[in-house]
Amino acid sequence: MPAPAPRRADLDARRDRWFAHSLKAAALLVLAVLLGAALSTLWGGREVLIGHGLDFLASSQWNPVAGRYGALAPVFGTVVTSFVAILLAVPLAFGIALFLTEIAPPWLRRPVSAAIELLAAIPSIIYGMWGLFVFVPFMAEHIEPMLDASLGQLPVIGALFSGPPLGLGVLTAGIVLAVMIVPFIAAVMREVFLAVPTRLKESARALGATPWEVVWHIVLPATRSAVVGGIFLGLGRALGETMAVTFVLGNAYDIHASLLMPGTSISSSIANEFNEAVGNHRSALLALGFLLFVVTFFVLLIARLMLRRLARREGAT
Amino acid sequence: MIGLYHRRAFVNVLAILLATASTLIGLGFLASILWITLARGLVAFGMPLITRITADGAQGGLANAIVGSLIIDCMAILIAAPLGVMAGTWLAEYASRSRLGALIRFMNDILLSAPSIVLGLFIYMVVVLPMSAWSNGAVSFSALAGALALALIALPVIVRTTDEMLRLLPSTLREAALSLGVPQWKLTTQVLLRAAGSGILTGVLLALARLAGETAPLLFTAFGNNFMAHGPLDKMASLPATIYQYTNDPDPAMHAIAWAGALMITLFVLALGMLARWFLSRGHLRHE
Amino acid sequence: MNELAATQHTAASLAPHNHIEVRGLDFHYHQQRALNNITLDIPARNVTAIIGPSGCGKSTLLRVFNRIYAMHPGLRASGEVLLDGENILDPRYSLNRLRSKVGMVFQKPVPFPMTIFENIAWGIRHHERPGRAELASRVEQALRDAALWDEVKDKLGGSALGLSGGQQQRLCIARCIALRPQVLLLDEPTSALDPIATGRIEQLIDELKRSYTIVIVTHNMQQAARISDRTAFMYMGELIEMDATEKIFTAPARKQTEDYITGRFG
Repeated sequence: MPAPAPRRADLDARRDRWFAHSLKAAALLVLAVLLGAALSTLWGGREVLIGHGLDFLASSQWNPVAGRYGALAPVFGTVVTSFVAILLAVPLAFGIALFLTEIAPPWLRRPVSAAIELLAAIPSIIYGMWGLFVFVPFMAEHIEPMLDASLGQLPVIGALFSGPPLGLGVLTAGIVLAVMIVPFIAAVMREVFLAVPTRLKESARALGATPWEVVWHIVLPATRSAVVGGIFLGLGRALGETMAVTFVLGNAYDIHASLLMPGTSISSSIANEFNEAVGNHRSALLALGFLLFVVTFFVLLIARLMLRRLARREGAT
Repeated sequence: MIGLYHRRAFVNVLAILLATASTLIGLGFLASILWITLARGLVAFGMPLITRITADGAQGGLANAIVGSLIIDCMAILIAAPLGVMAGTWLAEYASRSRLGALIRFMNDILLSAPSIVLGLFIYMVVVLPMSAWSNGAVSFSALAGALALALIALPVIVRTTDEMLRLLPSTLREAALSLGVPQWKLTTQVLLRAAGSGILTGVLLALARLAGETAPLLFTAFGNNFMAHGPLDKMASLPATIYQYTNDPDPAMHAIAWAGALMITLFVLALGMLARWFLSRGHLRHE
Repeated sequence: MNELAATQHTAASLAPHNHIEVRGLDFHYHQQRALNNITLDIPARNVTAIIGPSGCGKSTLLRVFNRIYAMHPGLRASGEVLLDGENILDPRYSLNRLRSKVGMVFQKPVPFPMTIFENIAWGIRHHERPGRAELASRVEQALRDAALWDEVKDKLGGSALGLSGGQQQRLCIARCIALRPQVLLLDEPTSALDPIATGRIEQLIDELKRSYTIVIVTHNMQQAARISDRTAFMYMGELIEMDATEKIFTAPARKQTEDYITGRFG
């Protein structure tokens, strides 16, 4: 008996299975990329990670000539610039979100939020150029001499703000990063503030609360986890950013107390040195890349978990 | 009582002033960046910019970098768009309730803001090095490697918009097609993806806007080239990488060219953003 | 295959018989029971209306008849639903075959994002391989049967999304009957339409019942009274009573039915 011709339904079922499998394979690619990025940099950095061991993290000496690679200076630079950026960006973003949700007249909200979104669309290399050619001279001529003369003279925090007005340095990089991440944080804050039920805000206003009190006592507590999520999202961006900082940081493997002094960061070290590096030098840069990837991964993981919790709670009500 | 009331009113006014000031600061930075880019970029704008190549240095232009960027960006989108649409479709249509789907959706959001420089290192490790080893060094850095690195940046943007746009479609559209006896794959490719088409196209345009300015991942993948190159296995110049190189140069004439390139990228990105908005609004109109 | 379907069609139309027979049907939505031991008969070439308050299970029952519920995980039906004597709940009963026999029209019109012509041709092409001329005549016939032809004959190449709500709904009906089904399931087909469009659809249903077995779920009791031959009243997942429409609306046997149709609850 000849094999029966495949029936329409069987054919459809087979195509359906094939179709679903290929879509699934594409989706799994997302996981493969994340895993691959981590594993490939780990593999590339293995010589230095194994050879230097913990010394890689603890040493501040970065000397390709002597073959010594300590990640402390770039790690320090990455952390401090990102910290400065967050410190400046969070109040700024909060102000913008407040303005866009509570203060601005309705006709102004759309254009202003579009303009702030535009800030996020500008490529980071433009930030870097603007930082180097416009902001660095501005810092050197106006801001840094002023900081050195005022805050720099104070007893404890003086160490942070004293030094020659180079323009280049950790503070400048932090400010440029702050401008870059403000739109991301502001967008999350604006979105979650808008998600707070109007009846909640109105009932507080009915009790005589001022708009500010409504935001501070009602809106902010209700959206706390998402706001923190937004801040971590900004932090993740700041940690991994390359082009906005690499021109203005000064590229010096030094660790200074002063924010006015030049430094380096993980990403700018990689960008500046990778193509000239060979052997252990290249391995050390890949190990730095691995470090950066793992740290930003966990920062972003926390950010997304905080944001997701809010989304779920919204879904429940 | 009156004192308390006055203090509360004062705090409120202060908050309003500070919030308004924050917004003005943000807009001030935007205005400064856009103005500087426009003013300095226009100085070096002219025919040589698009007719001459970077080998001529300060007397040259950006012709090879412009062509290189177009080639690399197009290749990146051609790689990322089908894969991203497929992955997004799987998330929306096959895995909306599954655990694996939730995990991938979550990880995709992380990939969306992962440091692009590390994605460049990844492609260096898995594409540039092996190709160099297989070809005995004849092929190392290449436009293809650059496009792959940029594709990894575009991928999560496209996955996310596809997923979101498909989930916006009414479930009756799926039921109506299935009740005709049509199989899932036909429903998906011929009805759902078409219905979500303008939204997905928006995502692709936004992804293109995002990768047009990406610099860091190109440095160790496409590298750069002072001459015109067309082949996917050639080292290839790109606008962002050339701008990076010129900005690091001490010669102010090179800076002027870099600004002109920066202006080009900015205009391209802004135009894509507006096009994307226009597509989205048109799509919404049609569905109402 | 098609010939077979056609002969079944004629055989089915010879004598009035019970086209669909439901026997002890239970339906579970995850852990929750949505239909409880439903048994009823739906005669061929009649309009059967299913009425009842929201959440009574009337739409669920309709969605069992073409197993469209199967696209959602966690839903399951047990018992028997016999179509021409064959149990469609049997997993061996092919969905392809079932859905070419039982068409469904939904509450909100959902035209596909294609031209008017393609909206109808798309389904036909999936089940058959007609030539160009035949396809064109099938599309025309379906549009004529759905009383839409005169309004769209000059713009068959235009997008279906440009039609009015009532026209879109008639297009959806045309799309179903183009597959030459035997049963039409209508799930509140006029609830999103204005009174004039509703009137046209009701008129259409009256004409279609000459060739199709029609089951309609409706919220609107006047509509059920106007267009149906038999009416089933459901409440909380149970079939309370089913009879000739005239009898249900004038002398219902059960008190619950009377309370509902006189507007005392629901």
